[in-house]
Amino acid sequence: MRDLTDRALDTAAQFGATYADVRVVRRRDESISVKSGRVEGVALGETDGFGVRVLVGGAWGFAASDTLDLAEADRVGALAVRVAKASATALRRPVELDGRAPATGTFETPFVEDPFKIPLETKISDLVEADRAAGRVKGVAFTESVYTGHREWKTFAATDGSFTEQVLTQVGSAVESNAIEGDEHQRRSYPDAGGGYQAAGYEYIRSLDLAGHAEQNAEEAVALISAPQLPPGRRTLVLDPSMLYLQLHESCGHPTELDRVFGTEASYAGTSFLTPDKLEAGFQYGSELVTIVADATAAGGLGTFGWDDEGVEAQAVPLIQNGRFVGYQSSRETAPRVGSRSSGGMRADGWNRIPLIRMTNVNMLPVPGMTLDDIVADTDDGLYLANNRSWSIDDRRLNFQFATEVAYEIKGGKKGRLFKNATYTGITYEFWRSCDAVGDERSFVMLGTPNCGKGEPSQTARVGHAVSGARFRNVQVGVGKW
Amino acid sequence: MVSRGNRLASPGVPATAGGGSAVAASELAKGVNARDPGTALALAEEVLGRALRIGATEAEVLVMAGDSALTRFANSEIHQNVVERSMTVNLRYVVGKRIAVVSTGKVDTDGLRSLVNRAAAIARSCEELDDWAGLPVPDGAAPADVAAWSDGTAEATPEFRAEGVRAVIAAADAAGVGAFGSFSTDAEAVAVANSAGIRAAENRTSAQLLTVHMSPDGGTGYAEGVSMDATTIDAAAIGREAAAKARASDRAVAIEPGDYSVVLEEYAVVDITDMLGYLGFSALAVQEGRSFVEPGRRIGSDLVTITDDGADRHGLPMGFDYEGVPKERVPLVDAGICREVVYDSQTAARAGRRSTGHGLPAPNPYGPFPLNAVVSAGSTSRDALIGGLDRGLLVTRFHYTNVVHPKLAIVTGMTRDGTFLVERGEIVGPVRNLRFTQSYLDALAGVSAVSDSRKTIRGFLGAAVVPALRIDGWTFTGVTEF
Repeated sequence: MRDLTDRALDTAAQFGATYADVRVVRRRDESISVKSGRVEGVALGETDGFGVRVLVGGAWGFAASDTLDLAEADRVGALAVRVAKASATALRRPVELDGRAPATGTFETPFVEDPFKIPLETKISDLVEADRAAGRVKGVAFTESVYTGHREWKTFAATDGSFTEQVLTQVGSAVESNAIEGDEHQRRSYPDAGGGYQAAGYEYIRSLDLAGHAEQNAEEAVALISAPQLPPGRRTLVLDPSMLYLQLHESCGHPTELDRVFGTEASYAGTSFLTPDKLEAGFQYGSELVTIVADATAAGGLGTFGWDDEGVEAQAVPLIQNGRFVGYQSSRETAPRVGSRSSGGMRADGWNRIPLIRMTNVNMLPVPGMTLDDIVADTDDGLYLANNRSWSIDDRRLNFQFATEVAYEIKGGKKGRLFKNATYTGITYEFWRSCDAVGDERSFVMLGTPNCGKGEPSQTARVGHAVSGARFRNVQVGVGKW
Repeated sequence: MVSRGNRLASPGVPATAGGGSAVAASELAKGVNARDPGTALALAEEVLGRALRIGATEAEVLVMAGDSALTRFANSEIHQNVVERSMTVNLRYVVGKRIAVVSTGKVDTDGLRSLVNRAAAIARSCEELDDWAGLPVPDGAAPADVAAWSDGTAEATPEFRAEGVRAVIAAADAAGVGAFGSFSTDAEAVAVANSAGIRAAENRTSAQLLTVHMSPDGGTGYAEGVSMDATTIDAAAIGREAAAKARASDRAVAIEPGDYSVVLEEYAVVDITDMLGYLGFSALAVQEGRSFVEPGRRIGSDLVTITDDGADRHGLPMGFDYEGVPKERVPLVDAGICREVVYDSQTAARAGRRSTGHGLPAPNPYGPFPLNAVVSAGSTSRDALIGGLDRGLLVTRFHYTNVVHPKLAIVTGMTRDGTFLVERGEIVGPVRNLRFTQSYLDALAGVSAVSDSRKTIRGFLGAAVVPALRIDGWTFTGVTEF
């Protein structure tokens, strides 16, 4: 491997690169999909290749190939330089990188049971059992269940002498029930729409106990068909971790990405309302209970690693401290522009994509004092919303709207009847300022999504979110005409 | 320059697989490139031969190989510039009714040997799919002779893309605004061989130039060009369109959300075809009871006719789907009435009919998809579209749309990059972006005028050819701060 990385870097340097790095990435993905009790697909995907990123005259170039040999290293290294020279013809601010010591070492995410050594028959059997348990519930139209295993081997080398090797192993799974009657289609999923995911082994899948939760979940899907429509109004909301993590993702994770702030995602994902003047002013993003960090060292997160994809060591970076905006997720290129050093957030979607600032594990820290159940008990009149069903937010991350699979009415501190088609909407900072209770460590759970989209060409990132649930006051619900 | 490219397709190609040597296959793989679909097909046949030789009762091999490049700009300079060469071999391996899918980017001898062996092992572990109907068989019809290839795109260089970007930036400079966007060019060979005799191969190109121009006075404007032939994209014109829109949307004012008539530009209309394709125009959605489609049901006004047509020369043509089945022209909505949906081989078998050629790569839990939606043009000039609005909004584009209710096709999202109040047929001025929560079916029913010109716009899977629409009644449910 070192032969190839050395060759690519040497070639890039010979052709004029002032800085170059190369990533060699191998990925293995295994997936099982079960639909209405039948195994619909078992798939295994493997890909490997390398990408070379260069700076020439302060301009970036990148080239990649799936052919791992020295001749291709020469071609790709030289091509990256040619691409950078083309970039330099439309350059106004030459790139400057922050300083860091060369990165060296190895890292692996821990696991107990290697998911790729668990017999396929076992994984299929576990998933089918859960799916069929859901499907046995009367009124269920169809069920869908998924399992995925993901492993990535990454080697990073740079002209500054960096050389790191990492192995990341992640798994996820879900069971979902659908009930349909007339124009009504209701869904309940466990543990989350799309799945619960962690950097872990098969022990995490076992801990989910999909089969044990499938029946109750399916019964709720059926019950939702005849549940009343959530009426519009302003209500107190208690968000289950299965909803809160996506709220965090969309309205804090993305707007604190510094590349968005500087406009480099403007044409696709958008920009951010959290401009540098707000950082200097200590903008009040949320209530004092709201503390949010980007933590690439958190156990079990999909954004956990040893070094990011430009060789910056994993770290925990505060974004919101007791409600105040205090930091960005950044890169070696962007951080100096706000007077700081990279937060270690540069990640690429495989060997053929350039790294972008991506969330690692953006976590909302628990607050000692109340469990999530205590928060419900402390709520006289409100709604408990769980499992996201739909998400949308404007291109500066201010106006959002979410829908959840289920809403339980809270009356007198107790969860009661169901409402269907629950939606809520607001403005990001107004919403987070209305947070008046956050669950403690007893409900603090690591969740995440394997498909966060950003960038052109399109990239998906695997990001983690640990949350404990929280309460928000005076939120608009029941949006639209029904 | 547009040329026909190269095509090999059934019938006329012997339905015999290759010799099945992994060594021979890896040698072939070295010669596969976007220009040469014949070699891609030969590789598919070699892998197919090996799968059959070691015990597959049926098998299908999909080869996709090509070059992708994208030059990205922001703040009126190039900040990302990437090129990639890659190949994927996707094997659907069947033993009786046990099916496995394995894909790989490793096309050396070991990689291809491993591909087949892994597929065989996985298939042995799978449960039988009781209604497996077999791989598609050739029915005598050859794929339409579509013009899917352009030398101009295939030969696009980093310098060519930079030249286009500089033209966009020059238009931005002239208007005193910043340019943010991307210019991509893609060329690929696609080949499918299966044990039932399907042989299909063609090469395809596509190019897209998009930009958001952002004014220092708060305005933003969007423009996009999509073509099979990159040399036909007028970068300067796209730059001027976005610049004019950005300046026109300076100093936007807030208006109250509520019901408004709207004129949706083509960039917004493509979201409607995309969403309805996902939610309803798929045979799988119909078979699972989650589609709004019922043959003969009126869902749109008389002015709405939507077809899926892989041969439409205005779009990004393709002669066959990812199962190698020739693409049929499918009328989805005819003068407002639901007609047909699209099928892949499995959904077709369940329905007792033949595939329409809309399969995606296996495994595909999402079902078939209309990749080439074409909305018929109307007879109203663009000026008259706006002139017919007594009071309403002109909407350039949507952002971050998502489904709130699938069977009612209720979608939420934001307006973006140019939203204007129109009174008595005249544009009064720019307004701040609004959130909508709107049934797209109700929107089609409210179409009162269709433009006489159309644009090709890239959607989330394919590309659509769409006009601008005037729609009576669109529900805006919120407003943001810009």
